[in-house]
Amino acid sequence: MDLADLSVAEAGARLRAGEVSSVDLLDAVRRRASMTEAILHAYLTIDHAGARAAAEAADAALARGEDFGPLHGIPIALKDNMVTRGIETTCASRILAGYRPPYDATVVERLKRGGAVIFGKTNLDEFAMGSSTENSAYGTTRNPWDPDRVPGGSSGGSAAAVAVGSAFAGLGSDTGGSIRQPGSLTGTVGMKPTYGLVSRYGLIAFASSLDQIGPLTRTVDDSVTVFEAIAGHDPSDATSYRGPLPEVRSALDAGVKGLKVGIVRELSGEGTEPDVAASFQVTLDLLAGAGAEIRELSLPSTEYALSAYYLIAPAECSANLARFDGVRYGPRLPGKSVEEMMSATRRDGFGPEVTRRILLGTYALSAGYYDAFYGQAQKVRTLVINDFRRAYAEVDVLVTPTSPTTAFAVGEKAGDPLAMYLSDICTIPSNLSGDPAISVPCGLDSSGLPVGFQVLAPALGEAVMFRVAKAVERLSRFTARPALATSEGAA
Amino acid sequence: MIPAGAWCLEPGAWCLVPGAWCLPGTIRFMPVDIDITKVARLARIGLTAEELAAYSTQLQGILEHAARVQALPSEGVAPTAHPLPMVNAFRPDEVEPTLDREEVLAQAPDREGPYFRVPPFLED
Repeated sequence: MDLADLSVAEAGARLRAGEVSSVDLLDAVRRRASMTEAILHAYLTIDHAGARAAAEAADAALARGEDFGPLHGIPIALKDNMVTRGIETTCASRILAGYRPPYDATVVERLKRGGAVIFGKTNLDEFAMGSSTENSAYGTTRNPWDPDRVPGGSSGGSAAAVAVGSAFAGLGSDTGGSIRQPGSLTGTVGMKPTYGLVSRYGLIAFASSLDQIGPLTRTVDDSVTVFEAIAGHDPSDATSYRGPLPEVRSALDAGVKGLKVGIVRELSGEGTEPDVAASFQVTLDLLAGAGAEIRELSLPSTEYALSAYYLIAPAECSANLARFDGVRYGPRLPGKSVEEMMSATRRDGFGPEVTRRILLGTYALSAGYYDAFYGQAQKVRTLVINDFRRAYAEVDVLVTPTSPTTAFAVGEKAGDPLAMYLSDICTIPSNLSGDPAISVPCGLDSSGLPVGFQVLAPALGEAVMFRVAKAVERLSRFTARPALATSEGAA
Repeated sequence: MIPAGAWCLEPGAWCLVPGAWCLPGTIRFMPVDIDITKVARLARIGLTAEELAAYSTQLQGILEHAARVQALPSEGVAPTAHPLPMVNAFRPDEVEPTLDREEVLAQAPDREGPYFRVPPFLED
């Protein structure tokens, strides 16, 4: 087996046993990237020199007997909306072309403190707005299972890199499903923590009441490892949670016997591809066979969640993206007045989807429309939260397919924003509620594309969420690897 | 018949646009009425007439879907701005290191000494 295909846990074990060095691990992902990037385009920037220096430092530290933790010496990919000091950070937008941030995001600092090697910055839908990574200003990322298809989005670059082995793990950000949906479409584990558990300081904001950073990995164990490395209070993020972090390790392998698992009626029917529904059902049967009690529940407000999301997210984005005005960073177009300069710079710098959402949000927040749109959407948000609260009085976790479809073809939904938005129908409710959720691969469809199984838990319920996810991983015995990874691995 | 670009509110509900088109009887419709030129100006995005027209059509479609939120009864429901039950976060009022000024200004498209430089705000 090629080193690039090892999990974080396996790579770490070999590193500590002295069988491989961090430089070896880095060389393995560099080699995998050099063989796959021309097709996939998962990365926007690879920091060869910085990664090499970090890997050598990690090896030197281990040789001195200093072990910074389970990510020590492990090459990791970062979605390019997390700032990295001195390394270009673009959000896949022309408006940040050439931007070299003067600081590291808190998650980057935490990864570095844990000894991780930052390998590169991955592609995304511009400013994380999209579900396919087609909205990048720097080209589409392809799915390693079938390069004619999208990897999902917006964290499609991190998902594709982790799936193909050009990173051992990656970070994504999830505003409406942007970690979990690409996890589902690339056969990786994508996790969104409880709102507030992971600092967003240095995450370039899209919709502040919804955004959360989380891991993309090849196993549930690795997801736990990365989650533990990045979670924790940060005074630099005003929304950072101050209480104790959930302890997720001890019950991880406890199985599902006696757990109550709820199926959401509104999120598992209409619009779901038959193969996805079939894989979902097979996994439910496996969970039932392992002793879980399956119940069907209704969350009536989730039918309105998508509509509420497409008011709240654009409204917040229109405010957050006001800072990109050609004054402090990024390129500037000329103008006789400040307004002309800003209008020209923003028109040139933002792509169509970002422009569409800024206009939508500006409209929804403008005088006379605020109550009817944004105000009403915030009330829907309360109703969604109430629905979840009622559900969790009856069950330990809720489960849904992560995405109603497997990976779709490049270009298939690009011309129809509404159709694209519908691919987030199962993931959006937990962003509105702030609860944790994870996507675990559970099978393949008839074309050989991965299907994701989503586990949702109440706020701070990461322990039971990871526990059920681990059971799904074990029971579904998902070991398939994308064609692009195995063809190279065999070479 | 429901006209394109309209959304049905509850019977007797208020209407955003006075004199909006209504069905005979009690049901009223709220046309999704977008002054796209004004919205683009507020957003500081300088679009051409053609682009404005295209975005206007797309926004109408999305807003008609999004306007479904108005169909959900929400009498007495408090809005949620944020999923955490917290109001404000304070830190001790102590001086801490800040970003390096030169490093920050090095990213600016134009500067004058220690300042960001921009075109004039006011016309002569």
